[in-house]
Amino acid sequence: MKISARVSFWMKTVQAVALATAVCFSLGATDAGSRFNDLGHRLMCTCGCAQLLGECNHVGCTESGRERNELSAAIASGKSDKDILGIFSAKYGATVLAAPTTQGFDLVAWIAPFAVFAAALLGTILLIRRWVTSPAGKAQAAKRAEPANQDPETKTLRDKIRRETGSDGDF
Amino acid sequence: MAAFGSFALLIALALAAYNLLAGILALRLLATGQPARISPERLADTARRAGIAGFVAISAAAFALVWSVFANDFSITYIMEHSNRALPGAYKFSALWSGQEGSLLLWAWLLGIYGFVLRLRHKTDVRLFAYAGTILAGIQIFFLAVLNFAAPPFALFAGALPEDGNGLNPLLQYPEMVIHPPMLYLGYVGFSVPFAFALGALMMRYPGEKWIKITRVWTLVTWLFLTGGIFLGMHWAYAVLGWGGYWGWDPVENASFMPWLTGTAFLHSVMMQEKKGMMKSWNVWLIFSTFLLTLLGTLLTRAGLVSSVHAFAQSSIGSWFTAFMVIVLAVCVFTYVLQRKHLKSDHQLESLVSRESSFLFNNLVLLTACFVILWGTLFPILSEFVQGNKVTVGAPFYNRVAIPIGLFLLFLTGVGPLLPWRATSLRSIRRNFILPVIALWATVIVCLAVGVSPWKDGTFDTGNFYALVAFALSAGVLTAIFSEFLRGAGVISKQTGHNLFMGTWLLIRRNTRRYGGYIIHIGVVVVVIGLAGSAFNRNVEKELGLHDKLTIGPYTMECTGFTQDSNDNYSTDYALLDVYQNGKKQFQMTPEKRVYQISGQPQTMVAIHSVPAWDLYVVYEGTNPDSGQPIVKAFLNPLVGWIWAGLVVMVFGTLVALVPSQKPAAQRGGAQ
Repeated sequence: MKISARVSFWMKTVQAVALATAVCFSLGATDAGSRFNDLGHRLMCTCGCAQLLGECNHVGCTESGRERNELSAAIASGKSDKDILGIFSAKYGATVLAAPTTQGFDLVAWIAPFAVFAAALLGTILLIRRWVTSPAGKAQAAKRAEPANQDPETKTLRDKIRRETGSDGDF
Repeated sequence: MAAFGSFALLIALALAAYNLLAGILALRLLATGQPARISPERLADTARRAGIAGFVAISAAAFALVWSVFANDFSITYIMEHSNRALPGAYKFSALWSGQEGSLLLWAWLLGIYGFVLRLRHKTDVRLFAYAGTILAGIQIFFLAVLNFAAPPFALFAGALPEDGNGLNPLLQYPEMVIHPPMLYLGYVGFSVPFAFALGALMMRYPGEKWIKITRVWTLVTWLFLTGGIFLGMHWAYAVLGWGGYWGWDPVENASFMPWLTGTAFLHSVMMQEKKGMMKSWNVWLIFSTFLLTLLGTLLTRAGLVSSVHAFAQSSIGSWFTAFMVIVLAVCVFTYVLQRKHLKSDHQLESLVSRESSFLFNNLVLLTACFVILWGTLFPILSEFVQGNKVTVGAPFYNRVAIPIGLFLLFLTGVGPLLPWRATSLRSIRRNFILPVIALWATVIVCLAVGVSPWKDGTFDTGNFYALVAFALSAGVLTAIFSEFLRGAGVISKQTGHNLFMGTWLLIRRNTRRYGGYIIHIGVVVVVIGLAGSAFNRNVEKELGLHDKLTIGPYTMECTGFTQDSNDNYSTDYALLDVYQNGKKQFQMTPEKRVYQISGQPQTMVAIHSVPAWDLYVVYEGTNPDSGQPIVKAFLNPLVGWIWAGLVVMVFGTLVALVPSQKPAAQRGGAQ
């Protein structure tokens, strides 16, 4: 395949993906959200059940009922999400927040997974590139491209297998 | 019986110690060729026989404990704490693993079973099996030492004998609890076997990759048990805890998931070693890590380092596990450093876009997922150490971090099988990917058309967005897999003249490993579809008096009464709910709330009506102490049934992969 045809193929693919994503994101953006439900799933019930406040279902659990009332009152008073989470954290301790904050040392909790993933991804790509461009890798690829003693009949058969099965190897 | 059990454990420890010491000595003599009074082969065989005798001794101890439970021998503290006279028979049996000491005994017993089978099959490769058997004996010594000195299951109760025991934790009195823990433990313990083979093969500089072929069945079976154990645990959490969910990112759940991730990575990357002689060091460390993670998971939950809803499992044996992990790690590092030259790759990757690199990326994503879970589980401890205060790392963290990684993994599940080994061309990519990409975007359009949009109540909803991506990717992956089946079956149909179904059957029979693997991938996709449905869960809670109604989704429930029942073990309150759909009565649901007689602990028994589209999940929460009115909470959980169906497909795929492939007729004739 020519380079211009390849570029054209990839350009069309990228355009199609971008268009579809834009359509996907533009549909249905209308009403205001439920903050109670959202915040209820960012706070823990403090009764020791290890459940999110929005999901705690213990009958007679004095903690979740009180916390829910406090959450409703805080939302009604017009406080921001950040303020509400701060109030709860100050009152019940940092463990009332269902996830670490994005400040101070807590930020490390969020950054580390993506940093490790990015570093591993980059490392893997660099490693593969090194292998591919190494003399041994090139020699292997050349050997694969032109197998020794391959008669025309075998070559035709191999091409047919590739064409029909879309692969040339085992799982 | 207590004395018999204790003595059996002591004998088992002595036999394991002999197995280890005699095994080491015999293998050393065989390796160095030094002359000795006793033939090293005979010494190694006595070690093997000691291992078999050790299994008999541990079985005797396990039998003694189960016998004592059924005999209501409350002079044994463990029996007194985990059983009572009225406990049903099946749960008496499950008392074996319902507490710390019993579950360690179960661990040692299962390790004994694996070791027994391994030692019986020693003729496959006497020397490699001798190494593996000796390493297993080392692991067994640890568990038997803990059982004999730190957590003895036959410790006698001090003081006056009680009339009855404390009973089994109500949470564990559920049918799945009879199967889930042994299944999970079979998975945990089973990874000791590939670990022992990997370490043994490295120690003896085993030539070639035959050890991988030998351990393949062990690894797959172990993986199957762990998968089954995890899913049974999910179903138990769903059906018993009454919160409408099945996975809460609890440290104990995480502890079982981490070795599953590294074990899955091993199952994939080991194929590269088997076929290409690549990634040898990587594979060795993957299986080392998997084994260490099974120990770490146990340490985290048993030592009380992290808070968990599985609090019943906590004890003070953490230091034993820490010491053992340090020893295992030291042995692994020492052996690796000493023998690392033996692990040099035979081949190298030839292209960034190939089956080999897809395995590499698959491993990368699986290990990142494992790191994320380990990081999230340990971060509260780290935070306390650094900042002086603990933080909670719950579902919102994992949902935000782990779900994108999981979706990327799903993407690779579809891409990997479409790439040929070694290298590929743009033409090949286009030909193989065109259908999956069409399916993916068609699904996006259909989902948006039926209202599955990333917007909920006018705001961007991450859950809905992830669900949409998951559905779309699932469609793409399923199309990719089915087109692989169709392509292969088409070729066979042409060759043999059979129809497409027969062609598919022959295709699978000829390469069970490959197509079994694809079936497992289909199962994973079905599970993902089920998980994505959770973005659309809804629930209603209401106080329901007689003939009051509650509506959720297409269902209307009418309360027709409340009733009570009791037996020796518990008393129950039932709510009787007639369920109507389109104005017609369809069925009745009877959620219950039990109170166990001996412990006084309450327990919900959820009523579930499952159809492919959703589960109607009803919890009778008891009565409101203020109003005296009964409270019923109903959930409509879309696609949950797909999760369990996906497990069935995964199990089927694994069983297919375990069946040896049938050689084509020409090859069979040639062999004859």
